[in-house]
This record gives sequence, C-alpha cells and structure tokens, in this order.
Amino acid sequence: MNKRHKRGLPLRVIFAWPAAIFVLGFVGLVSALTGDGWRDGLSWLALAAPVAALAWAMRSHGR
Amino acid sequence: MTQRAIRLWFLVHKWSSLVCTIFLLMLCITGLPLIFHDEIDLMTEEQPEFGMPGIGSSSNADGLLSLDQMMRSALANRPGEVPVFMAFDNDQPSMTVTTAPRPDSPGAEMTIQSFDRSTGEQIGVTADSDGGMMHFLLQLHTDMFLGLPGMLFLAAIGILFTAALISGVVLYAPFMRKLEFGTLRVSRSPRLKWLDYHNLLGIVALAWMLVVGLTGVINALSTPIEDIWQANELADMTSEYTGREALSPARYGSLDRAMAQARTVLPGNNPQFIAFPGGAFSSKHHYAVFFQGDTPLTERLLTPALIDAETGQFTDARPMPWYYQALSLSRPLHFGDYGGFPLKLLWATLTLFTIVLLGSGLYLWLVKKEPSSRAHLRQIEQLAVPAE
Repeated sequence: MNKRHKRGLPLRVIFAWPAAIFVLGFVGLVSALTGDGWRDGLSWLALAAPVAALAWAMRSHGR
Repeated sequence: MTQRAIRLWFLVHKWSSLVCTIFLLMLCITGLPLIFHDEIDLMTEEQPEFGMPGIGSSSNADGLLSLDQMMRSALANRPGEVPVFMAFDNDQPSMTVTTAPRPDSPGAEMTIQSFDRSTGEQIGVTADSDGGMMHFLLQLHTDMFLGLPGMLFLAAIGILFTAALISGVVLYAPFMRKLEFGTLRVSRSPRLKWLDYHNLLGIVALAWMLVVGLTGVINALSTPIEDIWQANELADMTSEYTGREALSPARYGSLDRAMAQARTVLPGNNPQFIAFPGGAFSSKHHYAVFFQGDTPLTERLLTPALIDAETGQFTDARPMPWYYQALSLSRPLHFGDYGGFPLKLLWATLTLFTIVLLGSGLYLWLVKKEPSSRAHLRQIEQLAVPAE
C-alpha cells in the first residue's frame, strides 16, 4: 500500500486514540450492567466517546 | 506487515464483509425500532390500571392472589390446554401464564395470558401467531421466519461480521500510516472521503460492534444452549427420576406449596418464572422455579430450584452453567435496554454508524471499477467524435 513510505507513524501512535476509545467502550458497556444511578451515567459518557470522536473529526479534520 | 500479508488480510476483509453486508443492513434496519420497543409499546398499547400498583407479582406480599388461583383462571380460559410457563414482574403485580395444547408444544402453538395478580383480572392475551409490526420486525431480526435454521444462519453471519471487524482493524494500520487519527479528506475525491469515513467509523465504534455482534451470535445459539443444559446439568440434577413416566398434568400439585418450598431454599431472591414439566426448561416431573440473583449484576443470572410437581418436595437447586449465564448476559448487551433511555439513544446512534460503515464499505467495493469504466467511456467518446 504505502511502500514508498516505509517509515510512517509507529503503531502505538496510530492506535493510541482507537485503543482509548475501545477501552472506554467496554467500560461503558459493562458499567450500566452492574447497577443503576452513576453507573448508568458513566456508561452514557463512555459510550458517547465514538460520537464525540466523529464530531471532533468532522469539525477539525475535514479538509 | 509485508505487502503479501496486507493483501491476504484485505481478501479476508473483502469477502467476509461482502457476504454479511446485506444481512447486517437488514439486522441494523430492523434492530433500530426494536431498540425502542418498550417506548413504542407504551405509546401504542393501553396501559392497565393495577389493583396494587408498585407491588411486584414476584413478591409474596399480602393481598396478592395465590398462584393456584391465577393458574385456575388461566386454564379456565383455555380449556384442554396445559401450563408451560408462569412468569413474574418485580415492579408491578402483572404476571403471565403461558399455556399450550401439550407440555412440549412449539412456541407457535402457545398462548400467553397477562393477569393482574392483585385483582385476578386478565389484562391481555397474545398468541405467537399474532401480527403487529414489532412482532414482524422481531421475527425478521431473529430468524427471518425460518426458525432454527434461520437463527443458525444469522449466527454464522455474526461470526463473519466479527472476522470483517478484526481484519478491518489489521488493515487500519497500513491505511493510517501517514494520516493523523480522525483525518477526513472530504474535498479530494468521493472515494477518499468515504474511505476515511469508513476507517474512522469502524475504529471508533469497534468495541460496541464487536460486543453487539458477538452477543448476537450467542443469542442466535439460544436453542442449542438450552438443549445442552437440559441434556446435561438438568438431567444430572434429576437423575433419580430417569426412566420414570412423564407426570400427567392431572397430577400436578399446588404451585403455592412448591413456591414456598423453593423460597426456603433460596431466601431473599425473586422468582422470575416457573417452567412446567415436559417443557424446554424443566424435567418431565418438576416445577423449575427460576430465581434471579439479589444484586443488579446477578439479577440476570438465574438459579433454578427444582420441586417435584406432584409431591411439592425439593429435589435440587444449582446455578445455571457458565454458557447459560453467558446467554443471560448476552441479552441486555445485545438489546441495549439496561441503562435507561440515553443508552438506547447511543445504541441507535451506533447502529446508524454501523449502517454508514456498511454502506461506505459497499461503495468502496463498487467504485473500484469506476476508473476503468471511465476510461472505457473516454474511448467510446474518442471513437464517436470522428464519426460526426
């Protein structure tokens, strides 16, 4: 694919944000399962991360 | 990653996606309204006024009618039928009684009556063959009206979806080697724009899609999972009854006595339902009283107490095995109905992400042919001009 640019970004940079959002996703999916109240709130915030990431990308990276 | 490895992963991604995309689109589109089925039911159905509002039918509060009395009313409405399930509610005195022509009748022949346990009044009746838009969507979503083969087919589709997600993550690295996270090249070409959206949506919604996909697979395997439990753990719990003739419904004893017996074994827990002898959730001789755990997490993890349906004596109680508990937890994790309305909105939003992901993936596969067809068009134009 990018054979000409063998030395691109390292994997840990490429996957830094994706990994953080992935972990948040799991936290969100599980926390509401363990109870109500603040556990539901945490779940909403954590699962809103993908939506926030898309909104942020559309605002600042659209070019 | 070598060029060859990338090409192989790309082939895995392309073919696993191509096979499952059309079915996943169907599942997403039918799943969207199903997320809100409680709210839709509330709006479209008349709500009963309970005699003792707020008192769960699963409790043994004073004023609730006896289970035997409720069963007598249910059977009086369905002469000749036998009980299959009796299910309770923790929040309201509503309860359901499922009856069928035989103890092992298929779901399509069952009739579910709802009652108010505080007044004894019947609230509603549903037969599985009843129509309704939500029921149609649910059937399409669960087995495409094909029964068990349909469910197993959709389980396979879910496994392909998982393969597409994993190969997509592997391919994310080479695609993003020179791009910052969140890059959307919207003004260069439609193909680049949709490629960037495809990569971004796929990677940010990954955890949710993996969980909803895999719990969908487990839900689709519910029939074999229940069969395995009945053939192994349940058979083991009721081994002393092996070889005995099935208990005839005429000899079923008191439900209230059985429930009282079960409550002494598992005190403090709420019963969720009673499965009657001969069905998929019990032996041929027992009332299986399924109790919920007593914390929010374990509420979904069931423990059946088996009571001899004739004598009312306790036989055994064991928590369901791990694979059945996995099925119990897969239901909320697939439906998204466990964290209030905001969670349902997020579920719907992430379903929309998935629809765009599928659509953009399909687009990227289709437009790859574009340059050649454009070149072909140019050729035709060049040929056509001199002829004028």
